Amino acid sequence: MAEITAPAYRVIPIIPALKPGAMEGSGPYVSGEKMNEALGFPGKLVDDWHDKAIAKMGDLLGKYRSLKVYMDSCVHCGACSDKCHYFIGTQDPKNMPVARQDLMRSVYRRYFTLPGKLFPKLVGARDLTREVLDEWHNYYHQCSECRRCSVFCPYGIDTAEVTMAARDILDSVGYGQKYDIEIIGKVHKIGNNLGLPGPALIDTMEGLEEDVKEATGVDVRFPIDVKGAEVLLITPSADFFAEPHIDSLIGYAKVFHATGTSWTLSSMSSEAANFGMFIGNYEQLRKVALRIRQAALELGVKRIVVGECGHAWRVAYSFWNTLSGVGEGADPDDKFAQMLQKQLDHRYRQPTHICEFTWDMIERGALSLDKEANDKHIITFHDSCNVARGSSMGGYPGGQFDIPRNIIKAVANHFHEMDPSTTHEKTFCCGGGGGLLTDDLMDLRVKGALPRMEVLKQVSDEHGVNFMAVICAICKTQFSKVMPIYGFDRRMVGGVHQLVSNAIRLGEK
Amino acid sequence: MANIEVEGKSYETDEEGYLVNLADWNKDIAEYIAKTENVDMTEQHWEVINFLREYFEEYQIAPAVRVLTKAIGKKLGADKGNSEYLYGLFPYGPGKQACKIAGLPKPTGCV
Repeated sequence: MAEITAPAYRVIPIIPALKPGAMEGSGPYVSGEKMNEALGFPGKLVDDWHDKAIAKMGDLLGKYRSLKVYMDSCVHCGACSDKCHYFIGTQDPKNMPVARQDLMRSVYRRYFTLPGKLFPKLVGARDLTREVLDEWHNYYHQCSECRRCSVFCPYGIDTAEVTMAARDILDSVGYGQKYDIEIIGKVHKIGNNLGLPGPALIDTMEGLEEDVKEATGVDVRFPIDVKGAEVLLITPSADFFAEPHIDSLIGYAKVFHATGTSWTLSSMSSEAANFGMFIGNYEQLRKVALRIRQAALELGVKRIVVGECGHAWRVAYSFWNTLSGVGEGADPDDKFAQMLQKQLDHRYRQPTHICEFTWDMIERGALSLDKEANDKHIITFHDSCNVARGSSMGGYPGGQFDIPRNIIKAVANHFHEMDPSTTHEKTFCCGGGGGLLTDDLMDLRVKGALPRMEVLKQVSDEHGVNFMAVICAICKTQFSKVMPIYGFDRRMVGGVHQLVSNAIRLGEK
Repeated sequence: MANIEVEGKSYETDEEGYLVNLADWNKDIAEYIAKTENVDMTEQHWEVINFLREYFEEYQIAPAVRVLTKAIGKKLGADKGNSEYLYGLFPYGPGKQACKIAGLPKPTGCV
């Protein structure tokens, strides 16, 4: 692989000079025949892709009123143009959110509006040619669906939905992205993104029990498939596999242990991530979510707690209720959703984020914490985009910002915020979200991390910050991969529950 | 899809250079892939590759990084049972790069 280098930090973080075509043809691998067919998509680009794609677009415009509004209402004011990390990092004008959306909007005008049908040139309408289709594949995989631009849009246009629609259309003609589609196939077949089978999960959890026992002298359990447990933990499979993710998993287990909570993992449903959202496909989104319902029903749990995974929490918080019956609002005719709603204990929020769970326990004084155990860390917190802009915590607006920070401050002595124009709802994506965390997009990922790296550098220089806490598996992997390219140690990133794990005193309460 | 030529024979790989048919793997192929990754295979590298293949045979997946470091630590001494040692051997990351050389499928997901 060619050497990938980090772009230079901007002296003054303003709109960068344009480099037209800088990211042309930098799109990801196209998904293969078997992967596509496993999801019910055409194996490869169909011969009549033009007609099929336009028909699919018409279908989506009819189904999602929002999409039609987003196609019609943009006035090209430019408020979004410099808000995208990929535009800032790549300088490619087609990565301005407005321009990226216009790749679809121009086609929409041509086929779905009267002026576009009659006078295409006058209204910037374009035929859907093969070049345009390729452009979609390329640039709609240079958007991480982070929705930062939407925060600044005076019309509230949700760019992520446009990207999702484009990917949905591409998949429907057999022209999807390898990374996302291969992964969804593994969830259907094996139960998680990794393709980690039950016996390997059991072996790994037994290993963790040994490790924690060795480190603390306490028998902390990592239970799997325990019927009648109170809590079903649904966490990204990266927590079982990767570093630093696994340290947060140890943190969750310690919290459950210390609070006497009975909990279990499910070997059948061992994944929080739901890449169905990334590809904008409702059927896939639902199918992935239904595994969790099945596990919850089979195990008879009372609560569902979600681990540190950004987009999973958006799916869980915003969509699980109607998709699967976790929470209120399921279809009255959906028998299993109704069954699950009755089974779950509604004195608790359903679902509960692991940070809500831990913070609740801290507030109740149920945990004994040694803040000094984290004294070597000077900590900052990176808000993950889907948590920040697609969910909440604690049952009040802004809880998703406060609660992870409250936990950090309860388990550590040193905390500094990054530049407020890059945190809370204005947070920047890590550069690897939205189904782009793949090696074939490494150049894009490195460039997209620039705005976050700039402000991290600032707090690292000014306050000696040496640890960036996050609550997302994608952020953890992305940062530990790209930070060394920016001159940071990869171990500088870790989970909030990694810090909890360091501080928690077991067996004292 | 692509092909690599090793010792006069052709083997199918995916776009990223991972072997498509796991049964094709042999030591020459491992050496060949290692070279394309700028990794000089030493005895220490082989220790890791052999463990990966044994684990895969039993569990049909590569081991978690932590499982790997622990196994290497047990075999070669505690000073080598850490991810720094593994990153030293496989700079692109022990998970993916070592799997590629071992002829195993690439770990997918948020890893």
